[in-house]
Amino acid sequence: MAARNDNPARLELRGICKSYPAVVANDGIDLRVMPGEIHAVLGENGAGKSTLMKIIYGVVKPDAGEILWHGARIDVASPAHARELGIGMVFQHFSLFETLTVAENVALVLPGNPGLDDVAARIGGVSERYGLTVDPRALVHSLSIGERQRVEIIRCLLQDLQLLIMDEPTSVLTPQAATRLFETLRQVAGEGCSVLYISHKLDEIKALCHRATVLRAAKVTGTCEPQRETAASMARLMIGRDLPKCNHPEAAGDGEERLVVNGLSLVCDDPFGTDLADIRLAVRSGEILGIAGISGNGQQELLAALSGERSTPDDDAIHVCGIAVARLGAAARRRLGLCFIPEERLGRAAIPSMSLADNALLTAHAQRMVALGMLRSDAITDFARRCIDDFDVKCAGPHAEAKSLSGGNLQKFIVGREVMQHPKVLVVSQPTWGVDVGAAVSIRQSLIELRNAGAAVLVVSEDLEELFEICDRIAVMANGRLSHAKRVTETDVEEIGVWMSGLWPDQVAGPVSAPLVESLHAT
Amino acid sequence: MDMVVSVIAATLGAGTPLIFAALGELVAEKSGVLNLGVEGMMLVGAIVAFITMRSTGDLWLGVAVAGVAGALMALLFAFATLTLQANQVAAGLALAIFGAGVSAFIGKGFVGVTLENRADAGLSLPIDIPLLSPLLHSLHPLVYVSWLLFAGVSWFLFRSRAGLVLRAVGESPASAHAVGYPVIRIRYLATLFGGAMAGIGGAYLSLVYAPLWLEGMVAGRGWIALALVVFATWRPARVMLGAYLFGGITIVQYFAQSAGVAFATQFMSMLPYLATIVVLVVISRDVAMIRLNAPVSLGKPFHPGV
Repeated sequence: MAARNDNPARLELRGICKSYPAVVANDGIDLRVMPGEIHAVLGENGAGKSTLMKIIYGVVKPDAGEILWHGARIDVASPAHARELGIGMVFQHFSLFETLTVAENVALVLPGNPGLDDVAARIGGVSERYGLTVDPRALVHSLSIGERQRVEIIRCLLQDLQLLIMDEPTSVLTPQAATRLFETLRQVAGEGCSVLYISHKLDEIKALCHRATVLRAAKVTGTCEPQRETAASMARLMIGRDLPKCNHPEAAGDGEERLVVNGLSLVCDDPFGTDLADIRLAVRSGEILGIAGISGNGQQELLAALSGERSTPDDDAIHVCGIAVARLGAAARRRLGLCFIPEERLGRAAIPSMSLADNALLTAHAQRMVALGMLRSDAITDFARRCIDDFDVKCAGPHAEAKSLSGGNLQKFIVGREVMQHPKVLVVSQPTWGVDVGAAVSIRQSLIELRNAGAAVLVVSEDLEELFEICDRIAVMANGRLSHAKRVTETDVEEIGVWMSGLWPDQVAGPVSAPLVESLHAT
Repeated sequence: MDMVVSVIAATLGAGTPLIFAALGELVAEKSGVLNLGVEGMMLVGAIVAFITMRSTGDLWLGVAVAGVAGALMALLFAFATLTLQANQVAAGLALAIFGAGVSAFIGKGFVGVTLENRADAGLSLPIDIPLLSPLLHSLHPLVYVSWLLFAGVSWFLFRSRAGLVLRAVGESPASAHAVGYPVIRIRYLATLFGGAMAGIGGAYLSLVYAPLWLEGMVAGRGWIALALVVFATWRPARVMLGAYLFGGITIVQYFAQSAGVAFATQFMSMLPYLATIVVLVVISRDVAMIRLNAPVSLGKPFHPGV
């Protein structure tokens, strides 16, 4: 760091501020990225990381502060301007066009007017050099999430790249794919390109990054060298206190089978969806079964079939508490004691423009909220108030609009609403997606307590750490198939990661031979 | 023989205004703009073309003026929806009603007036092929222009870089903006093109097809053009098919009426609209095709984040 003052940083931010009508996203942010450095920007959801990256990439204009590029002050006018400077960005939610081919997607960001064959050839060159295999003629919607990310990276690498911004890149990858991504990033950085790596995953940052800038509530709370820090010390910088932990006693595992899926196969209506093939699972009273897997492998279809949003012709396919429910609708299944928490908080779990009390009525109306066809507003408000108190929801009261709550608080309310109905079976999708660490722990704890009270809980999540923290058994979903479940104590992240690419041993036929797994790994 | 030629020629002629209007709207919709004002733009195109040709006698000048007038109408719409972010459905409906009113107002003194000279003949082939030669000869030059338009739009959308950008904007304006394309400007251009083509479609009706001016003479063809685009799942070739299907049934029912088929004339006039919709609904049931071709952002406003 001695050369720091002589050598201009590749990118330097000074006092960047950005406010939106309701929130301050960035408040006086300083950041220095040196050539060839992998620099982490670490922070919780809502700390202002994404806004900061959009400012660097010219998507959003800062209210105040200056940006220095190679030591000279610049205004990044637009993403096109950023690309001219040599800045590339891979977005968290990809900016690809699904109905176009890979080559067309890439051609859209290249300057001039290159022919598609030429573009395909250049894609081939880059894929070979960095080991990023992808077919230039494939339509993007037919690609896996990992492949789409490769297309985004290739798109950046085809320019004369000096700074690559990666926004939460591993949130959509299997652990193995993440390891491969790290190798690519190290290679890119080794060639002199700087990398800005946005994440809230501490172990990744420790493994990959040279320096880190930590954000909390729109401000920089410190910079550090991740390799010299512990996860706990970085967590303190990030959330301002120690990382809380869930209390998870061992399950007895001898409860009755509450939710049974028996060879469920479904052809998906949506051409971009996934067909389900012979899904089998059983969740017992007093246990949490986790379903791991990258989104888009059939989870949405399975959840719709379980919740009753989509009915299944085969009557025998789904049983709740011993009753065949496959042809029943969502309301009928709720009457049998099956509660469901979908992934989308606004629009599916809650109505954004309605009050929390009205949203409580949405699923909990059987809790004496309706008498003789009339609403009992006292009972409704009372239910919402108890939910707010018991689950520590920070809001203006039972009449606050759902959309006025932060993601974490709204999720606590939604989980509370279902838990208070004492479900026999609870199906939850991505319970803590986009939720801050504090709320995430409290939501997980609620699920564990519900299990301790004897409910059967099914959790679908992309977050392996979460699944290992709360589940008793884990199964994996890939390409519309579901693996058998394994006890959490008998498996690890490594093994589940391999399963996530669809390679689990057939229970009957015995394990897949090790060389096969390795060879598929290498590709 | 002559009968066959004249039926085919009349069919092609009756489908032509739909081709102009629908291909123009298709381009606009591919960029994500849903302009429901096609009927109004066609009416305005029809009356200004009629007045121009009556006073100058120049067909092509009339067509050009109609194109400009349609584009101006579309500009109104684009300003309201793209710059001021008004709701596209409401603004489009308003445009349709506005166009009907304006054209009636301008055309007050011309109701029922006809044009005398309709000289323009089609292509003469050097050799005489039965059916084809007389057919090509009897087609109006604007029919050929509509074929060129079809070829041009197909090439533009699926072969050219600019068309790729346009499709990208319609699929995901946010992504297109993120990679640096001027979403609003592209949508403006596509909307203006759609307006110009609707104007020319109207001009064909008042200059060639009728040729006279009557209030509301577009008679719902603008709405059919809109339906064509959707049911053709945003593919130009299917738009052509739908337009000629409409033209064919229009002509067949005329012949049937003049041949004295004893059937309510109201029902007969309804047939082309009904049949076109039914056939297109049936062939556009393929969900995958719709998902692949429909512009995802159709009708949704886009704010280029601040």
